[in-house]
Amino acid sequence: MDFVRKWVQALFFLLTNGYWNFPVTRGIYQGPLKVICSPGLNCYSCPAATSYCPLGALQQLIAGVRLSLENGQFFVGFYVVGAMGAIGSFVGRMVCGWACPFGLFQELLHKIPSPKFGVWRPLRYIKYGLLLFMVILLPLFVVDEFGFGHTWFCMYLCPAGTLEAGLPMLILQPALRANIGLLFFNKLFFLIFFVVWSVLASRPFCRTACPLGAFYGLFSKIKLVKLRLDPVRCTQCKACHSVCPMGVRFNESPEDMDCITCLACSKACNFNAINLEVGGVSLTAQPPGRLKKIHT
Amino acid sequence: MNTKKKSKAEKVRILPLAAIFLFLVLGAIGISLGEPARVLEQATQICLSCIGIG
Repeated sequence: MDFVRKWVQALFFLLTNGYWNFPVTRGIYQGPLKVICSPGLNCYSCPAATSYCPLGALQQLIAGVRLSLENGQFFVGFYVVGAMGAIGSFVGRMVCGWACPFGLFQELLHKIPSPKFGVWRPLRYIKYGLLLFMVILLPLFVVDEFGFGHTWFCMYLCPAGTLEAGLPMLILQPALRANIGLLFFNKLFFLIFFVVWSVLASRPFCRTACPLGAFYGLFSKIKLVKLRLDPVRCTQCKACHSVCPMGVRFNESPEDMDCITCLACSKACNFNAINLEVGGVSLTAQPPGRLKKIHT
Repeated sequence: MNTKKKSKAEKVRILPLAAIFLFLVLGAIGISLGEPARVLEQATQICLSCIGIG
């Protein structure tokens, strides 16, 4: 199943970054597909990006909400939140495991041989603070003299933006290098920090700092596609603990907000206690009494 | 007791569909307000400060 997942991740990477004419144009894609929401974190200032980043678009709309209201335009983010919410209600954080280019990037980094470490569990709550403050409240309330806010998360933190847009644009348009300042080095620091951390720990950005993952995580209890624990079959052997790339203890919290439905736990469970279901209908449940071969 | 369990199970199945519908309606309201044009306008311009340049 992990093989299939890798192919799906590659497919989504190519679909959301399908503009390969950028070395010629030295700019970004400006076609009509950019009105489509990218399910994962994928900067729309990336030269190859073919869709919009929901976090970037939401911050832009919130930052400019005063000006749009003054002009009689009600651009308050319904379109973007509607797309994000529909995706979240459908698959939740499954997007992180199957369709996010930055998630794929972190997984590939983690394959580099090195000592591996866990992520301190309380750090997982940082991302909800980032969603609330850097994506919503600060762009909304901290405004300049013209009433326009800033895209705080994009400007000061987003490592995906630096990797996919900042660095490529500096290569494509050398004249931009004159504008490099403290802001850029701040963002470069966060990129390097998360790159190094991704080698040492599994998906540290997803687990601690991704506001998009935090948003999708809010749908963990109501999403249509989810993993379900069969408490009758579960022996509490904790085989699901060690394989989870997000540090979820599935047998203890089967509706964990950090579950990315990668199915690693389902594969690791020798008792078929973890099954994928869609709208309450199980897709992978085995008949009673049928167990996987236990490897010793 | 059984009815209670059944209704809970039905609620679990209906809730995600209701949420998807709700957000699709929200998206449709956004479309009717002309938000996609604004999103497209933003997404086709490079925001230099947003990517750390400038």
